[in-house]
Amino acid sequence: MAETINMPKLGFDMAEGTLVHWLKKVGETVNKGEVLAEIETDKATVEVESSVSGVVRALLADEGAVVPVNTPIAVVGTADEKIEEAVASRQSLVASKESEKAESGEQRVENSDLPLDGLTQSPISNPQSSIVRASPLAKKIASDRKVDLSQVRGTGPGGRIVRRDIEFAISGQQVAISEKIPSIVHRPSSVANEALALTKLRQAIARRMAESKTTVPHFYVTHEYKLDSLMEIRRQLNNALPETEKVSVNDFVVKAVALTLRQFPNLNASFQGDKLLRHGQVNVGVAVAVEGGLLTVVCKDADAKPLRQIAVEVKAMAAKAREGKVKPEEIEGSTFSISNLGMYDVENFAAIINPPEAAILAVGSARQVPIVDDGVVRPGWRMKATVSVDHRVSDGVEAARFLQALAVYLEEPVRLLV
Amino acid sequence: MSRITMREAISQALWEEMERDPKVFILGEEVGVWGGTYAVTKGFYDHFGAERVKDTPIAENAIIGGAIGAAMTGLRPIAELMTINFAFSAMDYVVNQAPKLHYMFGGQFRVPLVIRAVGGGGRQLGATHSQTPDAVFAHFPGLKVVSPGTPEDAKGLLKTAIRSDDPVLFLEHATMYQVRGEVPEGEFLIPIGKSRVQRSGKDVTIVTYAKGLELSLKAADELAKDDVEVEIVDLRTLRPLDMEPVLESFKKTNRAVIVEEGWKSYGVGAEVSARMYEQAFDYADAPILRVAQKEVPLPYNRTLEQAALPQVPDIVAAVREVLK
Repeated sequence: MAETINMPKLGFDMAEGTLVHWLKKVGETVNKGEVLAEIETDKATVEVESSVSGVVRALLADEGAVVPVNTPIAVVGTADEKIEEAVASRQSLVASKESEKAESGEQRVENSDLPLDGLTQSPISNPQSSIVRASPLAKKIASDRKVDLSQVRGTGPGGRIVRRDIEFAISGQQVAISEKIPSIVHRPSSVANEALALTKLRQAIARRMAESKTTVPHFYVTHEYKLDSLMEIRRQLNNALPETEKVSVNDFVVKAVALTLRQFPNLNASFQGDKLLRHGQVNVGVAVAVEGGLLTVVCKDADAKPLRQIAVEVKAMAAKAREGKVKPEEIEGSTFSISNLGMYDVENFAAIINPPEAAILAVGSARQVPIVDDGVVRPGWRMKATVSVDHRVSDGVEAARFLQALAVYLEEPVRLLV
Repeated sequence: MSRITMREAISQALWEEMERDPKVFILGEEVGVWGGTYAVTKGFYDHFGAERVKDTPIAENAIIGGAIGAAMTGLRPIAELMTINFAFSAMDYVVNQAPKLHYMFGGQFRVPLVIRAVGGGGRQLGATHSQTPDAVFAHFPGLKVVSPGTPEDAKGLLKTAIRSDDPVLFLEHATMYQVRGEVPEGEFLIPIGKSRVQRSGKDVTIVTYAKGLELSLKAADELAKDDVEVEIVDLRTLRPLDMEPVLESFKKTNRAVIVEEGWKSYGVGAEVSARMYEQAFDYADAPILRVAQKEVPLPYNRTLEQAALPQVPDIVAAVREVLK
């Protein structure tokens, strides 16, 4: 079996060497260890020894040729064996000295009619055997698509070139295994499932909310309020009031809603199957977050109470609710509810009606936003609110008009103070 | 469709064919009064009588030899071997007479014989009663070897086997009689020598049959959790071997694992993978791997027996390996 002698790699960064001089001619006998050629690297001129004994059958590089490392430069074998395969890479090498070509090439096998098979001759992946490690499929695709396997990086086991590598080479992309092969790493969650018993409060919320959302046909209307005046008045008020009596934005909303409801009795009502019950009192429920759920504390006759009183009452009831000390009468009898998530930087949301009420107002945050005012952008306070209404009781226009009427109070809050 | 067990499917096939053709009869150890070691022929003796459901001495060479003679003279015997391991006692009849008589006598005789035999490990029956030597029998030209993995295939293939004019070895797995599956109502036949895709996928091909199908389907479910889509080709018949669906699948996925319960050496996987390399070499993107029984006499000890038999994690690991 003929063996190829490769351009040696004589240093970590050596990529190619110049074949300076052949010491053997084709047909000459060479012994293992005998000098075959002289090559020149960046640093020195060195001798290349034959790794086998035999007859020099082919010299694959002309004197003066620059040859990549690990590329075959000579074939040594017996005098009469076929060496086509080994010689095939010959034509990739470029001689710089035309005159010496004839001298060294007299017994060379002519390559022009040999299949140019880059698959069997690789200078890259395995310098000892000069075999490219590639799957049969990869070799076939490479052959069909004329891809030089020596230029393809293998990502299969042991660096084997597989289909994905060829396909990536063809597409000119970087090989990324994860894009081609589905992940087979299973990552179990370290957190176990946990079953929690429902508290009484949670059970009540679940029951009432499910009942409301499944039996009450909700519709929703959203309005944006100009809050600049309200914020300013609140600032002035709170400067004057003691800590326990400071007024929140929500207190303004409670008062404003209560006054507005007087003009919209349908929204201060309860659907009762064959009739509508309009409530005589305006009792505004305010949703308060408590441990494990929420409660609605009720500000009774809110339309008739001064803002300051509303602030004090709601604050006190909310505190008691959080401590679990709220009295039944403080959470019963509401005719309309308000749910305010403004302190959590919520732009807008929609609430579920608290049965048997006909509507609930969901209040977002008061936010400073850019306002286009007569072609000029200036900062302004805005707040969105969405009313959820029982469609059996009222309709979209009435809800929209309610929100508009509410604007009168919220945008001219002085009306709430008189 | 009705959902019945492998046992019921085989029993139905036997019953229907015996009702259809008076030449069909059963012989074997404990097949009559006792109803079969695996209860497949329960009720047959009472219905068809002792003439057609024959209890035999414990002499396998007599069972198969007698069946061959009956077949040559015009009957259609179904000989039951309590286990395939006992076929070795009748080896000359099974591989040297039944498959060759038609040929040796220049076509003067046919041997329309079915040998039903129970094979496979996993029931702690010891090294000599737990083997899966399917490949041994599939080695001989002239003997059709069938081994179904679903009740539907069991029924359809057994009925075809009974109607075959050539000898058929019908291998049933000892741990699969309780496996349930959809089986069409009424008369149907499934041709011998047709492999079938039992599950479609695009990433890797599993070639298997019988118990291996059950295990491979579970492995495919597990691999699906990691988005690996496994295609499973069920050989159903080991001889004649239908490579078409196997090659078609392999040309699509380019990666394959072969799962069999018998030993790996000289086994079904060796045959199938060799044919894949011969006929679809250019489509291989990774070496074809085989999952099979460890190369030891199957241990009696339950833990050791399970360790020696191929299991679902072995298949999952092999698939992951070929997907690298």
